[in-house]
Amino acid sequence: MKTVGILGIQGDVAAHARAIARVGAASRRVLRGEEIAECDALILPGGESTTISKGITRLELWEPLRAFARSGRPLLGTCAGAILLAREARASDAHERVETLGVLSAVAVRNAYGTQVDSFAGILDPGAAEAVAEFRGVFIRAPQLTELGDSVEVLARVDEQPVLVRESNVWAATFHPELGDDPRVHAAFLSS
Amino acid sequence: MSQNETREGAQSYEIKVGLAEMMKGGVIMDVTNPEEAKIAEESGATAVMALERVPSDIRRDGGVARMCSIAVIEGIRETVSIPVMAKVRIGHFAEAQVLDAVGIDFIDESEVLTPADDTHHVEKHGFRAPFVCGCRNLGEALRRIGEGAAMIRTKGEAGSGNIVEAVRHLRQVNGDIRAIQALRDEELYTTAKDLGAPVNLVQYVHANGKLPVPNFAAGGIATPADAALCMQLGAEAVFVGSGIFKSEDPEARARAVVHATTHWNEPDEILAASRGLGEAMEGIEMETLSESEKLSNRGW
Repeated sequence: MKTVGILGIQGDVAAHARAIARVGAASRRVLRGEEIAECDALILPGGESTTISKGITRLELWEPLRAFARSGRPLLGTCAGAILLAREARASDAHERVETLGVLSAVAVRNAYGTQVDSFAGILDPGAAEAVAEFRGVFIRAPQLTELGDSVEVLARVDEQPVLVRESNVWAATFHPELGDDPRVHAAFLSS
Repeated sequence: MSQNETREGAQSYEIKVGLAEMMKGGVIMDVTNPEEAKIAEESGATAVMALERVPSDIRRDGGVARMCSIAVIEGIRETVSIPVMAKVRIGHFAEAQVLDAVGIDFIDESEVLTPADDTHHVEKHGFRAPFVCGCRNLGEALRRIGEGAAMIRTKGEAGSGNIVEAVRHLRQVNGDIRAIQALRDEELYTTAKDLGAPVNLVQYVHANGKLPVPNFAAGGIATPADAALCMQLGAEAVFVGSGIFKSEDPEARARAVVHATTHWNEPDEILAASRGLGEAMEGIEMETLSESEKLSNRGW
């Protein structure tokens, strides 16, 4: 059986573990380079991107995570996780820059919709990839992905903004497919 | 169905609980100005709590403690990109309306401030901002959730630097949950009556063995080991109030508490986090506080 690692520095690790269990795979919380290297697939969960980014520095996980991405095994980031995958994380000028992995050819704009009072949930726009058609996305202080590279495939949009993208083995969702009980995004990711 | 009919905004309970989920495994730090907020963010805090005075100063100064000034909140929000929380007085729904209007990320209806209503808490469902509330036991937790709280924390004893009350409240809530799991279905109704809690929430706890919202620890955390203790007792994240900025070296202590919270079940890592921190804040022995001085007695 496949083992899916979930980066356990901070965030909704438990929600991803439940989603992985729903599609019949095993998951483990990972915090060390050797644990990351052993996984068949890896998830960077939702949480606070600054907190997780600083944790990656503190635990010296930048290179193990980049090596995992290079290995071709499936790698998914949701919300904060999607920010960490991007080549650059952008926010207002007054705010500190968040260091990212740079394994997805896209720029992540942090808190692009506003504060928590601007968070929302809604059905993906028509025309999404068949595997996730009419998926209900929960967007919490969500980022947006812009300046997508040519090799980035947009699997779903909301209000015409890309919200689920894929570049080879790297998947990014600006929403939280781990919340709620629809396992289709995790299922598609794991079967890739 | 059109997009607009399926779209839900921030008032949705699912979205409120969702933000609480995102704060799991993290440390939420009390700050009183942008400089402290910057240190908190730099150290890896998942959110900051904007306050005029930290709880130990509120305790020392006395007088009425109210919602933080909007200027302080806005100054902090311009400086950091992590979520900004702020406290309102128990029952003061107009303070909550002000924070909701300014677009705060989370509201703490808190016993640390002077209560505005000695009978009722805020009806929390109607706001866009999610609420966190303190509790000492399961009945109190479920009453607050019934009113709309999307996150629960222990009250502990804020500003005391003493972890004993947070431990008591964590053990009490989790013990109450285990006791309910052992009951038969027909026994849940009288239990709900005895707890003073909505029966549907007692039934949820019976079926799931946990609260329907994240359960964090607060009130007296002063060291990395305090944070690890709370996590091992079942807390899903921690709030640190006076413990950081009333210590000798706030920056080092903030980083250390974050590290210990991530590695809560690894003694070697908690050891590493415990080195070279300077003095912790001064603590207060519970026996020296009269019942009227205990902030945790506030809330109904």
